[in-house]
Amino acid sequence: MTNADLTILMPEIVLAVYAMAALIFAVYTGKDRTAPMLTWGTAAIFALLAVWIGLNGEGANAAFGGMFVDDGFSRFAKIVILISAAAVLVMSESYMAKRNLLRFEYPLLIALAACGMMVMVSAGDLIVLYMGLELQSLSLYVVASLRRDSVKSTEAGLKYFVLGALSSGLLLYGCSLTYGYAGTTMFEGVVAAASGGEISLGLLFGLVFILAGLAFKVSAAPFHMWTPDVYEGSPTPVTAFFATAPKMAAMGLFARVVHDAFGTVTADWGQIVAFLSVASMFLGAVAAIGQRDIKRLMAYSSIAHMGFALMGLAAGTAFGVQAMLVYMAIYVTMNVGTFAFILSMERDGQVVTDICALNLYSRQEPLKALAVLVLMFSLAGVPPLVGFFGKYYVLLAAVQADMAWLAVAGVIASVIGAFYYLRIVYFMYFGEETEALDPGTDPAQWAFLMASAAIMVLGVVNLFGIEGPATAAAAALVQ
Amino acid sequence: MQNILSIITFLPLVAAAILALFLRGDDAAAQKNAKWLALIATSVTFVISLFLIAQFDPADTGFQFVEERDWLLGLKYKVGVDGISVLFVMLTTFLMPLTILACWGVTHRVKDYMIAFLALETLMLGVFVALDLVLFYLFFEGGLIPMFLIIGIWGGKERIYAAFKFFLYTFLGSVLMLVAMIAMYVDAGTTDIPSLLNHQFGSETFSLLGIQIIGGLQTLLWIAFFASFAVKMPMWPVHTWLPDAHVQAPTAGSVVLAAILLKMGGYGFLRFSLPMFPVASDIMADFVLWISAIAIVYTSLVALAQEDMKKLIAYSSVAHMGYVTAGIFAANQQGIDGAIFQMLSHGFISGALFLCVGVIYDRMHTRDIDAYGGLVNRMPAYALIFMLFTLANVGLPGTSGFVGEFLTLMGIFQANTWVAVVATSGVILSAAYALWLYRRVVMGDLIKESLKSITDMTRREKAIFAPLVVMTILLGVYPSLVTDVIGPSVEALIADYQTALADSPLATQVASTDP
Repeated sequence: MTNADLTILMPEIVLAVYAMAALIFAVYTGKDRTAPMLTWGTAAIFALLAVWIGLNGEGANAAFGGMFVDDGFSRFAKIVILISAAAVLVMSESYMAKRNLLRFEYPLLIALAACGMMVMVSAGDLIVLYMGLELQSLSLYVVASLRRDSVKSTEAGLKYFVLGALSSGLLLYGCSLTYGYAGTTMFEGVVAAASGGEISLGLLFGLVFILAGLAFKVSAAPFHMWTPDVYEGSPTPVTAFFATAPKMAAMGLFARVVHDAFGTVTADWGQIVAFLSVASMFLGAVAAIGQRDIKRLMAYSSIAHMGFALMGLAAGTAFGVQAMLVYMAIYVTMNVGTFAFILSMERDGQVVTDICALNLYSRQEPLKALAVLVLMFSLAGVPPLVGFFGKYYVLLAAVQADMAWLAVAGVIASVIGAFYYLRIVYFMYFGEETEALDPGTDPAQWAFLMASAAIMVLGVVNLFGIEGPATAAAAALVQ
Repeated sequence: MQNILSIITFLPLVAAAILALFLRGDDAAAQKNAKWLALIATSVTFVISLFLIAQFDPADTGFQFVEERDWLLGLKYKVGVDGISVLFVMLTTFLMPLTILACWGVTHRVKDYMIAFLALETLMLGVFVALDLVLFYLFFEGGLIPMFLIIGIWGGKERIYAAFKFFLYTFLGSVLMLVAMIAMYVDAGTTDIPSLLNHQFGSETFSLLGIQIIGGLQTLLWIAFFASFAVKMPMWPVHTWLPDAHVQAPTAGSVVLAAILLKMGGYGFLRFSLPMFPVASDIMADFVLWISAIAIVYTSLVALAQEDMKKLIAYSSVAHMGYVTAGIFAANQQGIDGAIFQMLSHGFISGALFLCVGVIYDRMHTRDIDAYGGLVNRMPAYALIFMLFTLANVGLPGTSGFVGEFLTLMGIFQANTWVAVVATSGVILSAAYALWLYRRVVMGDLIKESLKSITDMTRREKAIFAPLVVMTILLGVYPSLVTDVIGPSVEALIADYQTALADSPLATQVASTDP
């Protein structure tokens, strides 16, 4: 352990130390009364770290002999994770406070989860991968059941925990098989063992189990079963968090494992990823049609979107990784905006998640309705909104890799999926007058909704220059 | 005026943004301001586009007024017009001020209505000027959003079903085109339309999933593009969204839909299918010709049985679009000249017919043919104008409808005589349904109690029709106005098409340009 190693690890160390120090501080002082301060403080730390990583990072650095990698790819993923986590914290503060859910553990658990995610996307070793993943997962199990007195919330936490534990078990089994056949847990060593396009049967088993475990985490079909229930049961801010940062982290980890550890046997995992992609896109599109609850609907929507992101990965090329990164960044931005809106949905002070409640919303709040309209069309992937460019990227990656069939399947699924996004627009604009939602919005939620919608419209000019960093990130990952 | 095309394209969008951001309130004054701003913006756009046509050089068959800028992902923002697209730009800018005038009577969410139409104009113009595949797709698909809202918010009773059907039908058609566009990019390495026009896509037969694909890559791409344009056009049997959308859309929405949006399909065939996939077009030509012939006869018969005026005109639109597709795939000078002419003239005529329905709908709030009769007694001016456009729709010599139908039929006759025989029977059928409609609505005695107090057209309504009447007759008696502009570009298109076919061993027929 040298100084240089620690310097590379500094953002994670800062975050972990902050979380522990803040925990002690909160326990010995005002407990829940410090929660608002801690929420804002954590968000500020996230934002600062994102800026720090963005400005400071250069080249590819490996710490601890390659167990922890800091390169363009991990920096891109970390910035997306940190910014979206900060956004979710800021916009959920008033919601949590109003419902007496603002406990001091909440921001700190999110901080620990974010720390785990940062480790995940930087992993260069199976053990590091597992540590990061578990730190993230354990924190998320707890926040899912944050509303202790609600049956649904505790059910969500328990379900998430049991299924998450199962997937961790699968992953760990895969890791041990890989270790057994490669003789090392380092990605570099695994790649060497799998070189030449040939892979031993044991290693292949290890790969399959690892991918199954990871598919749980990104909620790709057929490992998606936990998603709708957990999304529905958890408090909405937690759902918003689930839909954004952990998805980016899990996709980042997915890309890292398949390219860093199994980069020489693209054909072997390409089929698996392509299958996951098609299954997720269709399941997400078809299953959401019957949903009435907007949180469940967003759960299926996220499954479909993960299918598209996996399409980029299935291509197995540097461009595919770039497409996946751009797709995820766009997806996260859209979801932050959409959940900012969902957080503001209430009637007589009570939370409403039924989409019928949006009937003729455009009459009460024309501007907010317009913003949601933009986000819905963007989620559906209709040009000229930015969501379309995400789809265009991954489709291009798939066709370039001779997977035109995957692209055709994807666009057909996107037409089916368009139906339920349109239905939300239908309720807002063409519906019948019913009892109105409460007017007025928390300024933070309003700001995030508007900013997200504005990005979807204005991004058509140049996607805010996200392309360059994404290209660099992909080049760093795929040699 | 280097960037005149961008100015024309984005001026309406700027006006829409101004309306959205700066106009507050929903009282009568605000509504009036919104209408006036929209009218001024669309009129100014039209005036600027007059400079475009004045400076346009028909003899130059390349793209003119080209602008090029870098965009994301190696794509380019590139716009330009040639002889084929410039008149569609003119058609759009010409019709939009009239459309805005036609919805002067709207009182429900006026500001949003104007924003939707202004945004729609930008997106429609973009389709005709775009010279980059993805840019084209962006505009082509983007138009669905405002149209979906126009039908859904301001439409009739069944508007929700119609809006969803319209959106999902056309969306499904176009996403396949998106995949095809990406495949073209991967094959040719560029999304630049002028370069793609010179690129030869592979036409070697290969087998896919055990099926022999004659014409190879070209055929697959052709089918994907066809799926999109055929739905948009719409061609039988994927036309069923159109009657629903037309009937439920508000008058102005129907006008835009019939007069401009449908033309995107025909424009797409001319810009992509024919020049970029000549071998596949040649293989598929007979298929398209027969489908068009069926469309003409079948939809004309369906039109005969309609009880709803808008539905009748909608089916007549499908029939007229049948001439267009047949003319395009006849692939000779008369056929393509005629197809473009037919599209432009149909833009004026069908737009005017929907406006005619709108005039009496605004008064009686019904589109049932049975609810009318004997209108000539109280509305002489209306009867005259309606008659003119009915006859133009039938294709009476002296109106623009005749020139379009005659030229296309001449082109079709050279390519496939039997198709021409079947298609010509459509002319008779169109006379049957159009004149019968006219008789039932306008002629006879005025016996219905509810019609006794109906008033003739106001000055605003007459003002809307005046330019359309002028254009319909002017193009009818002096068609060179159009053919001189499109002629050289069409000639170049056909020459390239023949050369490509001559190089290909697969060519089954080489249609001759000489009669």
